[in-house]
Amino acid sequence: MKIQVQTEAFDLAAEVAALHRDNPKVGAVASFLGLVRDVNEGDGVNTLTLEHYPGMTEKALAEIVRDAFERWELLDATVIHRVGELHPTEAIVLVAVASAHRGEAFAACEFIMDYLKTRAPFWKKEVTPEGERWVEARESDEVAAAKWAR
Amino acid sequence: MKIDVLYFARLRETFGIGAEALELTSGTVADLLETLRRRGKPWSEELSGERAFRVAVNQDIAGPETTLNDRDEVAIFPPVTGG
Repeated sequence: MKIQVQTEAFDLAAEVAALHRDNPKVGAVASFLGLVRDVNEGDGVNTLTLEHYPGMTEKALAEIVRDAFERWELLDATVIHRVGELHPTEAIVLVAVASAHRGEAFAACEFIMDYLKTRAPFWKKEVTPEGERWVEARESDEVAAAKWAR
Repeated sequence: MKIDVLYFARLRETFGIGAEALELTSGTVADLLETLRRRGKPWSEELSGERAFRVAVNQDIAGPETTLNDRDEVAIFPPVTGG
């Protein structure tokens, strides 16, 4: 299991390869890549600045991944989330999950993203032509996370 | 008792402060919030409950009834928007 919060870019292919390269039991890796878009709520976005809570953020991510390991038969997982100043087309977040079969990998990958969006302390601020603004939390993200309640 | 209070994102900017040390008599998160609201605006507005915010104690999400202890780290922040 690998959890990282970093300013630097990451290499999707290298991260996915690291999940299965040395483990012949892995039959599936599902990955999600989140990217900065150039538009939000109808306005152009030039820059996205991500803030986090050092310590709690890493702890929250580790708890979410441990929860995924309790729900599904997983072999390994990687979560990398970038912070600092990002621009459209740049990657923000990677979630990649390795398992024997695709079902577990797909489900766990979606679960980790849904919980990350609603539970991990990160905050986005956008710079648009009209000025700076903090992104507001979305009700639809809470609905997505609620479907995993048990 | 002495606690550290951290503010993040929009609340850090609105309050104009990222962290402060506070001396409190014993109490809960609700008592701390009442102390902060008594400072007046913008504290009273942001922490009135009209606008959503979250509280963590020692890096775990906490509720108003959570008891505070000496040297606790309390964080107050807006709902999260990562990913």
